[in-house]
Amino acid sequence: MSNFNRRQFIKTSSAIAAASALPFPMINIRTAGAQANTVKVGILHSLTGTIAIAEKSVVDAEQLAIEELNKAGGVSGHKIEAVVEDGASDWPTFAEKARKLIEKDKVAAVFGCYTSASRKAVLPVFEKSKGLLYYPTYYEGLEQSPNIMYTAQEASQSVIAAMDWLMKNKGKTFYMIGSDYIWPRTTIKIAKAVLAKGGGKLVGEDYYPLGHIEFSSAINKIKGAKPDVILNCVVGGSNVAFFKQLTAAGITGKNQTVLSLAVSEEEVSGIGADNTVDTLTCMGYFQSLKNPANEKFVKSFKAKYGANRGVGDTLECGYISVHLWKMAAEKAKSFDVEKVVAASSNLEIDAPEGKVKFHAANHHLWKHARIGTFQPDGQVNMIYESPLIEPNPFPKL
Amino acid sequence: MNLDMMAMQAFTGLSIFTILTLMALGLAIVFGLMGVINMAHGELMAMGAYTTYFTSLFFAKFLPGLFGIYFLVGIVLAFFVTFAFGWILERGLIRFLYKRPLDTMLATWGLSLILQQLYRQFINAKEVEVTTVSWLKGAWQVTEGVSLPLSRLFIIGLAVVTAIAVYMFLYRTRWGLRIRAVTQNRPMAGAAGINTERVDAFTFALGCGLAGIAGSSFTMLASTGPTTGQAYIVDTFIVVVFGGVESLLGTIASAFMIGQMQSWFEYSMSGSMARASILLLVIVVLYFRPNGLFATKVRRA
Amino acid sequence: MTTPATSTPATNIRSNLWGVGSYLLLALLLLVVFPLAMDVFRLGLAAKYMSLAFCAVGIVLVWGYGGILSLGQGVFFGLGSYFMAMFLKLEAAANADSSSGTALSAFFGTAGLPDFMAWNSVEVLPWWWEPFHHVSFTILAILIGPPLVAFILGYVNFRKRVGGVYFSIVTLALSAIMAIVIIGQQGYTGGVNGITDFKTFLGMDLDNERAKFVMYFITAGLLLLCVAAGAFILRSRLGRVLVAIRDREDRVRFSGYDPAMFKAFIFAVAAMFSAIGGAMFTIQVGLASPSLVGIVPSVEMVIYAAVGGRLSLIGAVYGALLVGWAKTFFSENFVEYWFYFIGVLFVVVVMFLPTGLAGLLDKVRTRMRRAEG
Repeated sequence: MSNFNRRQFIKTSSAIAAASALPFPMINIRTAGAQANTVKVGILHSLTGTIAIAEKSVVDAEQLAIEELNKAGGVSGHKIEAVVEDGASDWPTFAEKARKLIEKDKVAAVFGCYTSASRKAVLPVFEKSKGLLYYPTYYEGLEQSPNIMYTAQEASQSVIAAMDWLMKNKGKTFYMIGSDYIWPRTTIKIAKAVLAKGGGKLVGEDYYPLGHIEFSSAINKIKGAKPDVILNCVVGGSNVAFFKQLTAAGITGKNQTVLSLAVSEEEVSGIGADNTVDTLTCMGYFQSLKNPANEKFVKSFKAKYGANRGVGDTLECGYISVHLWKMAAEKAKSFDVEKVVAASSNLEIDAPEGKVKFHAANHHLWKHARIGTFQPDGQVNMIYESPLIEPNPFPKL
Repeated sequence: MNLDMMAMQAFTGLSIFTILTLMALGLAIVFGLMGVINMAHGELMAMGAYTTYFTSLFFAKFLPGLFGIYFLVGIVLAFFVTFAFGWILERGLIRFLYKRPLDTMLATWGLSLILQQLYRQFINAKEVEVTTVSWLKGAWQVTEGVSLPLSRLFIIGLAVVTAIAVYMFLYRTRWGLRIRAVTQNRPMAGAAGINTERVDAFTFALGCGLAGIAGSSFTMLASTGPTTGQAYIVDTFIVVVFGGVESLLGTIASAFMIGQMQSWFEYSMSGSMARASILLLVIVVLYFRPNGLFATKVRRA
Repeated sequence: MTTPATSTPATNIRSNLWGVGSYLLLALLLLVVFPLAMDVFRLGLAAKYMSLAFCAVGIVLVWGYGGILSLGQGVFFGLGSYFMAMFLKLEAAANADSSSGTALSAFFGTAGLPDFMAWNSVEVLPWWWEPFHHVSFTILAILIGPPLVAFILGYVNFRKRVGGVYFSIVTLALSAIMAIVIIGQQGYTGGVNGITDFKTFLGMDLDNERAKFVMYFITAGLLLLCVAAGAFILRSRLGRVLVAIRDREDRVRFSGYDPAMFKAFIFAVAAMFSAIGGAMFTIQVGLASPSLVGIVPSVEMVIYAAVGGRLSLIGAVYGALLVGWAKTFFSENFVEYWFYFIGVLFVVVVMFLPTGLAGLLDKVRTRMRRAEG
């Protein structure tokens, strides 16, 4: 009998142990209800994993903007409270965290995502749960969601301008190389269409897996093809390998036109300025731009995060995203997603990249395309600035 | 394809071969001689790369006049740092798992995650820039159409020196004799008065040290960041398994074959397809030669 | 569910009772406690972890009882996940009504085609996509495709006596290849982005609460079914041969069995479990992604099984739930540190709990029994 009791006891206690080992509906220390005069926003980027390299500093820029706004009195008198979540460079995790931010934290807007893949993963979540995402990275276009505001350039806003400029100033034969995923492939597709229209010639096209670090075969092919221009759509850490190996093979900005579409001042700090010197880059924003808004942005970023930190295109877009949301919310006198989106139409901002404004209907910004050469100190010397280009996420090729 | 191109591509193959050899030597020793699978091998390479980075910072600040030689000092330091780390790792973790090789795989995988996050948090989430010393920049212009990057020539030389040193060490020194004795017959070696535990620690640390050398020299070619190790680890494993454990010559031969494949495949098709084809080919070969291309002995498991 | 090392009738009954008891407890937890205690969001998360638990259950079969460590379960999970995604995507494309969807198909003039094909200039649906219009074919493909691949792969390898570490590396290479091929063929697979943005499943809106509950219970039910099926296999003669192979393969071979056949069979079963998990994952999370196919998720699936206990099917489910929950908890509350946590978990479990939580419980049980005298 005592045996039975003992067993019963163990069973019950182990059941309790098992149940308490899984405290699923846990107490979330950050979901405590928002006070009347605060408004919650989400920040959703990869803080860990492979993409954290690029995304962590975007979080810094967004938090800087929030801090600035709070110091100046918040949004319509509401203090902004940021909930930071880690997408962990993993697309399903992005979807999970997006759902958490919208459904549990009830944030008014989310600033986040870097890669297209992460945006594609959260898009259905934002559309179904009626959230609002500000997306700060230049991307391939071909998308227009009612619940996403795109604050960086879509492909046609950089690549078309860059190709036109290159064909006019640098030559007509091109070698295009990219990482193997949607942004480089779409960008190169558009570039090829522009090239064909302008009577140029493609002498080679090559794609390498993301994170690839051996480019000597590609470089040999480039040497054999002798193009006027190398159009570089390699992204992320691969760029370090690509530029180091180009330089080692004797191809530099001095003897070859190389234009990169995914290398900003941020990337150069990892590549090494001496490997990129005199190569070209095409972006919407450079740290070296001369205007009061930019001087203020760069100064306060350095004051907050250290004098050795630099800014780049995506950081600036993340920074203005927060400001654009604030302006739209104040204009709409509401945090309601539909009203904020409606108020964003034609909304103009005096940004570090100059005066830019939202398109009347398609959720993208009118932007300048800027081409510059990298200097020995890693900064960019702008040599061409386009007029404001109308965003067109579905370009006719 | 003209003659110049052929020469360049052949050189590329040679260069990839030596890079793979450097990557795989350390793992081959640990895996082949001890049967331990170290999934953190890539992170140890990153550790070597970071050591070089800090060496360059030190020289830039305190010995700017000697900056030209920092790289050589960095490689030596990278070896000792990873060697020491390997020793601690073996004493603290690996030695408890010798009887469970599959478990070592999981534990070292966990370790690799921890190391990655440590790099990310305490060094930099972004890649750091490791300056290539001026005498290794540029290329050697052999003929008008053929130029060979000095950094790659250096790595070829380094790989040759390292491989010969490892070979001499294992087959011409007392320590090497002890290592081989312990690998072949542990109880007998112990009975003959060899401190087998110390030999284990030393062998493992040696493998880690070689990873450090590899990581240090690759700073000239690729990025140095928290996830750098991940870029190397799959290739490293494939080289070792393809060659067949237990034979260093097998590892070197396999590095040679994979290097050639990579060079010619990448030349003739898109980089992505080349990579998938190589991995597929390796699987097919492993099907016909389950214990690797150059296995000397029949299966052990 | 312990290895019957010294089984007297008495301990057998006892361990049977224990097994059935803990199975019922798991069923109670998944079918009653969770739905009552959690809101829809957390329940969705639980369902997500449950779909990963399918893989862990499979890994217990092949690793714990077959002695084969597969680092390629992500491949089969991925196949199941992509098959389901192809079906859902075709359904979504057929009646696209989201504004982004209409804008796209209007732009490309390719109504009825999945959006990613349109923007990769694939104009005709590839022939191997066609059958995925039908739900019955999709389900058959999930249940038969991955196990078939696994069986063939396993049989040729085991036949050649590729084992141990080598098999692990072969499967590791396989997951790398699969990820690279999926990413490279983005016109047909969605590339890095994967396949996303589904609307309905057989006309049922996937996002309303009722649908979420229904899918939760289907997932839980299937998981319990898989655990039961696994237990059944292990208790059959087949399971005993399997353990015998794991412990002394040569002796089994000398006794006239073909070990390759048995190992390949159990590998195929595990692949089927993983594929079902993958399909459920796609429905729960709303996407199929190459990030679930590659090396990292494949290794993580092994740790689920290791935490729960590599010899316990039920433990594997707890392992997956626990690790999944911990990942979410740590990343929500200690953003910078959850990577450490996962890393330390690997090391600690392997070092101190080689048989996982289930083993720990067994040890406690044995000690208690000994104390009884």
